[in-house]
Amino acid sequence: MRDLVQYSIEGLGDIYRAREATVREVVQAYLDSIEAREPRIKAFLQVLAEDALAKASELDVKGHDGRPLFGVPVAIKDNLCTRGISTTCASKILEGYRPPYDATVVERLRSAGAVIIGKTNLDEFAMGSSCENSAFQITHNPWNEAYAPGGSSGGSAAAVAADMALASLGSDTGGSIRQPASLCGVVGLKGTYGRVSRYGLVAFASSLDQIGPFARDVRDCALVMEAIAGHDERDATTIPTPAPDLHGKLERGFEGMRVAVSADLEKWEMDPSVREIAARTVDDLAGDSVPVDRVTLPGMETSIATYYILANAEASSNLARYDGVRYGLRSNSDSLLEMYERTRGEGFGDEVKRRILLGTYVLSSGYYDAYYAKAQQVKALICAQFEELFRKCDLILLPTSPTPAFRLGERLEDPIAMYLSDIFTTPANIAGLPAISIPAELSPEGLPIGMQLIAGWGEEAKLMRGAFGLERMYRFREQHVLGPKAGRERHGGR
Amino acid sequence: MAAVEFETVIGLEVHAQLVTKSKVFCSCPAVYGGEPNAQTCPVCLGLPGALPVLNEEAVSMAILMGLATGCRIAPRSVFARKNYFYPDCPKNYQISMYDKPLCEEGRLEFELDGEIHGVALERIHLEEDAGKLIHAEEGGSLVDFNRCGVPLIEIVSKPEIRSPEEASRYLVSLRQVLRYLGICDGNMEEGSLRCDVNISLRRPGEPLGTKTEIKNLNSFKAVEMGIRFEIERQAGVLRSGGRIEQVTNLWDSGQKKLLTMRSKEYAHDYRYFPEPDLLPLDVDGAWIEKMRGALPELPLAREKRFREKYNLPAYDAGVLCAERGLADYYETVVSAGSDPKLAAHWVMREILEEIKSGAESEGASAPAMRAVESSVSDAFAFRAPVAAGRLAELIALVSGGVISNSAGREIFKEMVRTAESPDTIREKLNLTQVSGAKELEQWVADVIAESPDEVARYRGGKTQLLGFFVGQVMKKSAGKANPKLAGEIVKKMLEG
Ligand SMILES: [Zn+2]
Repeated sequence: MRDLVQYSIEGLGDIYRAREATVREVVQAYLDSIEAREPRIKAFLQVLAEDALAKASELDVKGHDGRPLFGVPVAIKDNLCTRGISTTCASKILEGYRPPYDATVVERLRSAGAVIIGKTNLDEFAMGSSCENSAFQITHNPWNEAYAPGGSSGGSAAAVAADMALASLGSDTGGSIRQPASLCGVVGLKGTYGRVSRYGLVAFASSLDQIGPFARDVRDCALVMEAIAGHDERDATTIPTPAPDLHGKLERGFEGMRVAVSADLEKWEMDPSVREIAARTVDDLAGDSVPVDRVTLPGMETSIATYYILANAEASSNLARYDGVRYGLRSNSDSLLEMYERTRGEGFGDEVKRRILLGTYVLSSGYYDAYYAKAQQVKALICAQFEELFRKCDLILLPTSPTPAFRLGERLEDPIAMYLSDIFTTPANIAGLPAISIPAELSPEGLPIGMQLIAGWGEEAKLMRGAFGLERMYRFREQHVLGPKAGRERHGGR
Repeated sequence: MAAVEFETVIGLEVHAQLVTKSKVFCSCPAVYGGEPNAQTCPVCLGLPGALPVLNEEAVSMAILMGLATGCRIAPRSVFARKNYFYPDCPKNYQISMYDKPLCEEGRLEFELDGEIHGVALERIHLEEDAGKLIHAEEGGSLVDFNRCGVPLIEIVSKPEIRSPEEASRYLVSLRQVLRYLGICDGNMEEGSLRCDVNISLRRPGEPLGTKTEIKNLNSFKAVEMGIRFEIERQAGVLRSGGRIEQVTNLWDSGQKKLLTMRSKEYAHDYRYFPEPDLLPLDVDGAWIEKMRGALPELPLAREKRFREKYNLPAYDAGVLCAERGLADYYETVVSAGSDPKLAAHWVMREILEEIKSGAESEGASAPAMRAVESSVSDAFAFRAPVAAGRLAELIALVSGGVISNSAGREIFKEMVRTAESPDTIREKLNLTQVSGAKELEQWVADVIAESPDEVARYRGGKTQLLGFFVGQVMKKSAGKANPKLAGEIVKKMLEG
């Protein structure tokens, strides 16, 4: 018997149709994988073994009905609401909280036939770049357990990297999908702002948050994205069109597209291995006759500052509702004010408190114009610059993260260093553009390095084609295999 | 007249609950009442991950109010979050509008002391209502979120109001316009119309003084009294050389007095910023024109028309136009053929009295109370005790001299009770049908004795005068004579 956790989404569909395996067998294979690896990786806050097996049996009774994600085991970041299933955002303040409704993306995954296998770890309220800000556990990088998986969607990235889920969902506010995807050697996609409904995503920064998939390869990533994307009348900020076809034209790769790269990448501090791969990619693209332009990338100087003002301002307001009155943690007291203070004092971790304070400060009367209003102006400027750039090119290529995975604990005491690891990812959030990280190479220490593509507004189809082109070029999965299962064969299905 | 010591500067912030079918950002019903927390969902409970979606009906209603008060409707307005912690506010921010409101620069006109008076409006914006805190008997507080998310418009006047009476008149006429538009029922006791007051005093010619606030004003009386008390308080402080502090006064409706809160307890920095979960609100010309088309004739214009077209005194026009449904009812009676002055008399004397006494002795409601005359939603339906067409029939009987006024009133009472037509009742009660030969002969004899000229002309061959004699008999009998029999008796006595 071939290893069932090695099949792609379409490959699984084939073996289900051929009745070579049941959904229950596949789900069990993933649960076995979780049992074997999870004790060291700690990607999940909750494994939904019983639910998943029950759902699998239900699907087996029906048989493959043509739904795109039929019998695909998927993990969900624990800031996405799942009805009756605890949704904690890795925060003590929401410990044990069970939402009465499913997020739109969860609903859409279920109706596409997916089996939800567990809820994954994250930095508390998605605030962080290492997954170390979780109130409950630290997730380890499957490539080297002494290293961080990245964040904030570190659990979802690690789960896919370690074959504990075929795909997963994360959320990306300043790079929270792409950076852990890069650090864990998987594909991670953030769509155009408004492409995926945020209904049921516990908000961090509403104007920047986007949900997106992690997958082992670009095709699987496209299939999951197609299932969750598209207009949702419950989210007023969604783009009013259905999900675009993303997987149909992948084979065309970079055909007919122009790529822009930074003319002054040497300006930015980064690990030599990252710099080398970036340079080599440009050469290889040119070698494949893909036109490459050297340009000034918008927002590189200003995005981080803009991001930390806008995101924290919104966060300070979004997180105000965790007050002990209606749900979650309550630290009782005789006075209302003291109850608020104690509940929030005990319920939130340090990073969350830091950001609430920063956000409250930048919105305060007398400071609003200097910070929030100014940041909005810079945002508008960055958007305009990207728009201008995308008149002349189709995709922008740049590294996802300036470094491969860092050691656990290494950056905890230095929030600024942690914030700076978002330098290449935040511009796409500020401008609301679709962007993807594709695993490119391993560093000399054997840690994955991802490269990022950014496309123009609404151009996910182009983005995925470019990503597929890079994937074909890097042949990462063919060359690098994780952990003890070295030498295994991957069974794709087309 | 003595020189005015202080000039009073008053601005009103009025919150009006809109009678939309659903709440402003979710699909929960927006109706008053219901089991606590039964009318809630993840959105209006502010649960993690839930998002607001704007109810366009609420926008339409706000635009209607903007147009009715001559506001400029912003082509693009922006919702903003007003951040504050309070248990009745489940997100700990309220979605409101801040620097880009929906309506700006309007004017509300009304009559004060027989003159048309105007107060400029600064803005009208749309926002969501909060829940209600209930203090539990066993200690602690409970929260009911049924009201949370019900649409409100906040109508902010410029500080142009100069007296408690003017403030009260302004509020009364604001309520009247809201009810005319059918967008707010204006019930101050139930809180669907709420009023906060900003008030300051200055010596004439001096710059604006420090303003204080009065909240919780839950009746027109409270508004007048509250302002009067605060004027006295501020004047006292100023006279003794003191300085006005920026305070908030809460109206205590039980004790009928103001509780003054220290400014620190109410010092808020609401940290407004644009609501990222909602797009800017774009209102195009077509939407505005559609709402303009839905605008009814407003009270002031209607009163003027009633005075001119129906030749009514100002007082009558004011009474009849107080409510849109009442004015509609009156005009239906007139258009069914009644004389406008008589109709005004009957509507004001009988219909309004009946409604008043009906309201006083609630319960004994007649079947005719079902006759609903208005087409707007139930909260605004004018529940006439008698259908307009029926009242017109009754008025015709009276004005035609067929029945007397007093018989008419008697018939009216019966119409309220039974919903039957005035003719039916007239026959049933035998109010007109006096057929006894003795009585009829007496009336006829009296008429003949009083009309020698007509008698001569009749006997000279002008037999068409029969009708005249019968009419006189009807008059003499207060409409009760049986006209047919009376006619026969007239003939017999004149010809026989
Ligand atoms: Zn609701």
